Amino acid sequence: MKNAHLLLGLTDDEFDLIKEKLGRIPNDLELAMYSVMWSEHCSYKSSRIHLGRLPSESPLVLVGPGENAGVIDVGDNLAIALRIESHNHPSAIEPYQGAATGVGGIIRDIFTMGARPIALMDPLFTGPVENPHNAYLLDGIVKGISGYGNSVGVPTVGGSITFDSCYNQNPLVNVFCLGILPQDRLVLGRASGVDNLVVLLGSATGRDGIGGVSILASAGFGSDDIDETLDQSIATMTDENSSKRPSVQVGDPYEEKRLIEASLALLDAHLVVAIQDLGGAGLACATSELAARGRVAMDVYLSSIPLREADMTPAEIMTSESQERMLAIVKPEDFDDVKALCKKFEVKSTIIGHVVADNPDCPSQLRILSEQNGTVLANMPAATLADEAPKYDRPITPPQFLGQLNDFTSSSSPDRGQTSHIGSSAIDQTTAEIAKDMLQLLFDPSFIYEQYDYQLFTNTICAPGEADAAVLKLSAPDIAFTGKAIALSGDANPNYCAVDPRLGTALTVAESVLNVACTGAKPIGLVNCLNFGNPEHGEVMWQLSESIDGMAAACRQLDIPVVGGNVSLYNASEGKDILPTPVVAVVGLIENITQKPPLIGLEAGSTLILLGETESNLCGSAFSRLHEDDIPAGHSCKLPQLDFDTHKRLVAFIGNMIGNQIGNTGEKDSSLSAEDFGGEKNIISHIHDVSSGGLATAICEMAVKSNCGALITGIETEEELFSESPSRVLVVTKFPELVTALADKYGIANKILGTAGGTELIIQNIVSITLADIENRYFGYLPARLQITEGSSADFAS
Amino acid sequence: MTSSIKIVTFPGTNCEHDVLKQIQYLQGDAELIWHQETNLGSCSGVILPGGFAHGDYLRPGAIARFSPIMDEVIKFAESGGPVLGICNGFQVLTECGLLAGALSINNGLRFICKTLPCILETTQSVLTSAGQVGKELLLPVNHGEGNYICDDQTLDYLKENDLIVLTYAADINGSIDRIAGIRNKAGNVVGLMPHPERAVDPLLGYTDGQILLQSFINAAK
Repeated sequence: MKNAHLLLGLTDDEFDLIKEKLGRIPNDLELAMYSVMWSEHCSYKSSRIHLGRLPSESPLVLVGPGENAGVIDVGDNLAIALRIESHNHPSAIEPYQGAATGVGGIIRDIFTMGARPIALMDPLFTGPVENPHNAYLLDGIVKGISGYGNSVGVPTVGGSITFDSCYNQNPLVNVFCLGILPQDRLVLGRASGVDNLVVLLGSATGRDGIGGVSILASAGFGSDDIDETLDQSIATMTDENSSKRPSVQVGDPYEEKRLIEASLALLDAHLVVAIQDLGGAGLACATSELAARGRVAMDVYLSSIPLREADMTPAEIMTSESQERMLAIVKPEDFDDVKALCKKFEVKSTIIGHVVADNPDCPSQLRILSEQNGTVLANMPAATLADEAPKYDRPITPPQFLGQLNDFTSSSSPDRGQTSHIGSSAIDQTTAEIAKDMLQLLFDPSFIYEQYDYQLFTNTICAPGEADAAVLKLSAPDIAFTGKAIALSGDANPNYCAVDPRLGTALTVAESVLNVACTGAKPIGLVNCLNFGNPEHGEVMWQLSESIDGMAAACRQLDIPVVGGNVSLYNASEGKDILPTPVVAVVGLIENITQKPPLIGLEAGSTLILLGETESNLCGSAFSRLHEDDIPAGHSCKLPQLDFDTHKRLVAFIGNMIGNQIGNTGEKDSSLSAEDFGGEKNIISHIHDVSSGGLATAICEMAVKSNCGALITGIETEEELFSESPSRVLVVTKFPELVTALADKYGIANKILGTAGGTELIIQNIVSITLADIENRYFGYLPARLQITEGSSADFAS
Repeated sequence: MTSSIKIVTFPGTNCEHDVLKQIQYLQGDAELIWHQETNLGSCSGVILPGGFAHGDYLRPGAIARFSPIMDEVIKFAESGGPVLGICNGFQVLTECGLLAGALSINNGLRFICKTLPCILETTQSVLTSAGQVGKELLLPVNHGEGNYICDDQTLDYLKENDLIVLTYAADINGSIDRIAGIRNKAGNVVGLMPHPERAVDPLLGYTDGQILLQSFINAAK
């Protein structure tokens, strides 16, 4: 049998480092706590040295990366808290509970900051649903999000679904949550005050999710037998028989709903000094982080912790990932009030320890005692657990083609000399083949989002599927609407990132920013979830590092602070690393909203105008992916160029134009004035950005949503039709002269594409498709594939 | 103290603030009341809002009917006071016997959230008095267990007495006769699965819920 530390996922070097930090050999309990805290999931040991390159500063940022959530000032003494996380590996094993507990965890991160969670978004990635296992996974994931999110009472207002065979067996479930708070309710997870109480709120602690962070989330998938590793690792800590235990936690949204209400009520009543949620690594994480951040010492009494099972070992208790728990620091004189308030919400509150005087010889000392004044079972400087995991500068192996990389950070004109390797063959397609391709790129995700409550809190102005970003009134049950709104967009482009992770990630950020602008919002912050393969593979580390650089460059150029992030590594399917999948969520602020923004759609008799210039380049496009059998090899072609100056100009122009239309923005921030609109208020009737699938998909989506055809005369080639070159928006207007004049005035390239109307989508000289064909494909695709598993996964009713 | 509409909040209820906000938007007087209370106070009407009272454990509404406030709500209803159950509140009203039938899991076994056309079937209720029979209303639905079921005898009773208040224009969840909402014989107790409070604020795009909540506010005066 291997040594205990190896079974727990610690290397020999890491074990030596722990010995060095403690000046002795750690005991079993200490070793278990280090193993979870030093896991990839908790410590970011492979990525931390790279993450520092992301810009996180802005005058509006109140709390940047490193806390439970980022917090941004939105005026009126209000702030928003936002965070995104992955729950990929648990969802691969148990899709319903994996996704459900992902939702539960991200919600806790938000209300931990004192914010009322008001919105969830879930970018999902699975293998093609033609494969029944993938359909089963997706169905379970969606039901998990629906079952937990709806019941816990936080609307799911956005998300996405991407299919690619690289996610077979390893679906990605990213969960984003946004909350709103009065700025004076902002609270940080920092313990303070000697003799203050350490109070555990919520569920009893059970054996669920033990080792989740170290075993599930931080190791390769499919190579080793996970069950075996897990059982052996815990068995070394205990003498008991190693029965099969679920390493995936089980969620209880009703407990969490009461925990939200109780926690926010405690914060409103100023009854807690600090509060921290329990997520990955459970009590080991919450106690060590509270102590380390607050630079105080803490004693924890195991016998005081309410357990679901009587015979749990100390290691199991400290590393359990049982859901729906919070750890609060409370002044002794306030505890009776805390208990009374918790009782109202039927939430358990238990004193499990004390903040104690710091020992200069052992700063922020965390002691685990059998009981108060009992035996000391573990004794470690909290910072060594929370902050001092080794940081790895893992080898980066740039692929052979590095020399051909574009220098996209400088403004360069599109290189039209080098187009996609499939470009020439594409031109030979028949009309029927083009129509088939156009249809294949389409499907309606409403089958997924209609299982989510996206309307709760009566804030949802733009519901899922209506616009390029979700738009919500900035208000909450205890926070009045002041005329402001926020826009949210979650985006990813694994195809682009596979070809060129640096430019691909920059393009992803650019798209997300433009999506938000299309609803009239000004982008104010970004969080990211970096889903990659095995960091021990040099090329994966290269992808990660490149991606971070691309994100950093784009965020700097577009003035968007990165206020939080999450890294999920070891994502692989069938022995192959997933395509690099950095997900970004951008939040935008609408200063004043009095009417719904223009939606995705068409209006008969109106003119379609393309703002921005098309680069005829199919590299990395969804279209080219249709014609490739395998995952893009990387740099087999050159991605469309991103010119930051052009993009910024377009984002500002669109944001101002739509912002002026939907509310009273005043002159602040706006380069456009009322005169620019010639007295007309609603000059844009519909709007849609051009992204995956290019103009072909964008126009089809606009047509199908309004049941209106179009005659397009302004697209000349098939490459133009399917190109996904960035910085382009389609607008529909009854005032084409006004729009083109305005675009000209502000230096925005523009082209009239055609006219809306009829029951066919005709792209002159290229293709024509009937609306009926578009509808059949669009509305029929997902239901036909997901109904198969009807009733075969977990029941959605909690 | 002026009398007001009491919006009952159970642990797990989540639409109470939305209902409160929209009643206030329509110039009605309303306030929240916690399920442990044993007195409705000066009450002009009661709304049981949507959500997952007591986590919907056992089955929706099954535990909520035993919350202390419910005895008072039943007395209030029996004395003719206006009582409205929205979504989970409708489920509670059927569980406590104020309304006939039951709500079962949607056909298709999936949660449904969307805005869709419903037909107003009677004006003889505290929810629909200001409406027009046959009028199509666009209303948001949001439920996993909204499939209205009852035995044949009950269905006949509902029909003979004009107790069906609202139907879905098309079948969405398997409900018998596309029933979306019903009333008691006196018309003072109404339950419906759609959420009228989500179709009040014009900024959100739908306003057909206004006529329903306005009727209820008028009845609670």
